[in-house]
Amino acid sequence: MTVYRGIDELIGETPILDVSQLSPNSNVQILAKLEGSNPAGSVKDRIAKAMINDAEMKGLLTPGQTIIEPSSGNTGIAMAMIASQRGYPIVVVVPESISVERRQLLEIFGAEIIFTPGEQGSNGSVRVARQMAAEHPEWAFLYQYGNDSNPRAHYETTGPEILRDVPDISHFVAGLGTSGTLMGVGSYLKEMKKSVQVWAVEPPAGENVEGLRSLDDGFVPPVFERWGGQDLLDRKMIVRPKESIECARLLVKEAGLFAGISSGAALAGCRKAAAQIESGVIVFVVCDYGWKYLSTGAWTSDLDSATASAEKIIYF
Amino acid sequence: MSISVRLPTVLRPHANGEARLDVDGETVGEIIEGIVRKFPGMETNLLDQDGSLHRFVNVYVNDEDVRYLDKMATAVMDGDELSILPAVAGG
Repeated sequence: MTVYRGIDELIGETPILDVSQLSPNSNVQILAKLEGSNPAGSVKDRIAKAMINDAEMKGLLTPGQTIIEPSSGNTGIAMAMIASQRGYPIVVVVPESISVERRQLLEIFGAEIIFTPGEQGSNGSVRVARQMAAEHPEWAFLYQYGNDSNPRAHYETTGPEILRDVPDISHFVAGLGTSGTLMGVGSYLKEMKKSVQVWAVEPPAGENVEGLRSLDDGFVPPVFERWGGQDLLDRKMIVRPKESIECARLLVKEAGLFAGISSGAALAGCRKAAAQIESGVIVFVVCDYGWKYLSTGAWTSDLDSATASAEKIIYF
Repeated sequence: MSISVRLPTVLRPHANGEARLDVDGETVGEIIEGIVRKFPGMETNLLDQDGSLHRFVNVYVNDEDVRYLDKMATAVMDGDELSILPAVAGG
């Protein structure tokens, strides 16, 4: 075994687990790419490292400079982990509706946390972070929603790992947040193997954003538009909290895999895809493990009250 | 044929506060037209000037985004549910 010299060297090269026992079609394999195995616990470790390395290389981030980032949690946690090791103070702007565990992890890695109203969802955090970045031109604003290093990290690492480990992949399924994973992995896979289908799964996020004044406050990540998201994706579907939790429970029961709620949503998307095709090999992203969602009771409360708790937090 | 339409909070003021509407139509485009006919204030919220879906609006038939099906021509059938949601940030 290699001895690693820094925690960020452990990012990437995640394992893939066959969970085909959960496939509704015996001719369709379902494989889980375990991004929860990254050191700060999510797929976002990859983009945090890529964005920080890129900014350092371009001279946009210099020793001791403060970083500011809007996040629904995972990106902030990953950036705070790396920032703590490289000596950058970091301010993370998050909706107050993130789970208590996400908040604790940000604290553990030394981030200063700014909360925005829960009813504004992630849009509120994006708005406030942009304002603060404008007021503090001396800070580094890497902005995951608009930073090409985000999809590029997946184009250069996650995508090639998947194709190397699963050359017969037919479908790729992942959650849609910044769209970085889908844009980067999707572009790479389609370039290398045109027949691969790319399916996006999302929570009914806009339903709970009560604080939206008008639709003009809507948001499509610049990354999605620049990478041609509308042409790249083959399907996009909502998976609701209840089904997401049911599938997260199935992963534990049938595969011993303790994955986060959004991974349950991704599995639901895989099962839909598997039921619609004759045969194939579906790879989906387990973007984090379940630890950060224990407080929702997703695995321990009855389904209805777990669903009600999950509806109150941002788990994507 | 009557389709059940779910409206997000942000659009309800334009529909007399209703959260759900029943609208007749055979395609997503016909349903959207039906909504606009009933509530003209919805037009600029749902459609761009060229008649395509507003950039910050996502429309789903049984939770599938119609932009990746047949867009406005996506067929709807009895018992289908159409949801309109604002595009918001994730991640």
